[in-house]
Amino acid sequence: MNGYLADVAALARKDLQLELRARDTLPAMLLFVLATLVVFHFALPASAGDEPAYGLLWVALVFTALLGLSRAWAPETAAGALDGLVLAPADRSAIWLGKTIATLAFLAAAEIVALPAFALLFAPLDGAALAGVALASLGLCAVGTLVSAMAAAARGREVILPLLFLPLAIPLVVGGVGAGISEEPGRFLAFLGLYDAVFAILSWAAFEYVVTE
Amino acid sequence: MSIPRPSPTLLAFATAAIAGLSVAMIFFVAPVDSDQGLSQKIFYVHVPIALTAYAGFGLGAWKALRLLMTRDERYDLESYTAVHQGTIFGVLTLVTGAIWAKASWGVWWTWSSNQLVLFLVLFLFYCAYFMLRFSIEPGARRERISAVYALFGVALIPVSFLAIRLASDFIHPTVFTREGPQMTGEMFASFCVSWLAITLVGYVMYRAELAGKRTDANLRELREALAR
Repeated sequence: MNGYLADVAALARKDLQLELRARDTLPAMLLFVLATLVVFHFALPASAGDEPAYGLLWVALVFTALLGLSRAWAPETAAGALDGLVLAPADRSAIWLGKTIATLAFLAAAEIVALPAFALLFAPLDGAALAGVALASLGLCAVGTLVSAMAAAARGREVILPLLFLPLAIPLVVGGVGAGISEEPGRFLAFLGLYDAVFAILSWAAFEYVVTE
Repeated sequence: MSIPRPSPTLLAFATAAIAGLSVAMIFFVAPVDSDQGLSQKIFYVHVPIALTAYAGFGLGAWKALRLLMTRDERYDLESYTAVHQGTIFGVLTLVTGAIWAKASWGVWWTWSSNQLVLFLVLFLFYCAYFMLRFSIEPGARRERISAVYALFGVALIPVSFLAIRLASDFIHPTVFTREGPQMTGEMFASFCVSWLAITLVGYVMYRAELAGKRTDANLRELREALAR
């Protein structure tokens, strides 16, 4: 088990180091989420109040995650490194877990900028809303990493990925928006926890079949 | 499989007979609904179609699981065909649901009908299945990826249903209920016959499509063998 965790940590560290050197993904995600929030300011009528803004925050977060996910497997597919990883004497699910952790780190970094910006520009966020963002981000990255590995095997992967990802993200949007605006956010947070558990286990177990021939 | 299967022709004729019987029962045996009138008759078609769509998705996922467990490639075509039939019946569910909504509530679409919203989500999900499948080169990789995606579908159905139930709390505080008065015996009998008929129609279509697709694949193999 220690060996497994060491593999996961090595794979996640590799992605973070690559990002620190090349800066391919994170600056794009940060700029994208801020630009989206500015667009939403002009898309909302002045009289709309706070509630529609909470919904739009989730549109911004889902599409920012999508932007990160569309580049998630680029280093592996570009030089055929994925074949090497699959052949390495380690559990294949460690590849998925390492990638999920790296993607989650990027999304969390984007949210650390986006959420204060949202609170400043639109409406305040309470503890339940933040917990909803945290739980939903976990689900977005867990499922997103798996479907983007599927899309990486397909022609036109940039086009396919949103089609695969958005139907799976709908329950997370429901949970996240509900946690933000509902009077009793506990049910929505519990639902997000359930989603994370179900789909994380499913993705963890299924990843091997997606990358092996 | 050790269970002997009925011949396709016999099955098709039996299905046609039961479908005819179900239409007769819907109009002559089941009483007209006192609340919704004649438009309630679509219930006997709409609900069995929806159940058949679920059966198609479920069968597709089961065959996908078998594929991943046994690595036997014939399950790939079976899983794909079942998902295909499920999607066709899913579209029919959306169409009949829209007609029923128009007849009883006066609108073609309502976000407060949880079942219809669920089918819309599933429709999007399974359309992406076909996009994914047809953009990967045929082979073992495509079989595995399609199978994993089909398995995700059966996990998504209950999770989405729960999500839509939760969402209706904050999007629409009031919920329509379709529960009219309790079904009478004749209504229930008509419903069951109609359910059986539509399930059989789905199964016959599944068998026919599978036979066609298998012939197609065999023909392609023969052509490739001859071209060499």
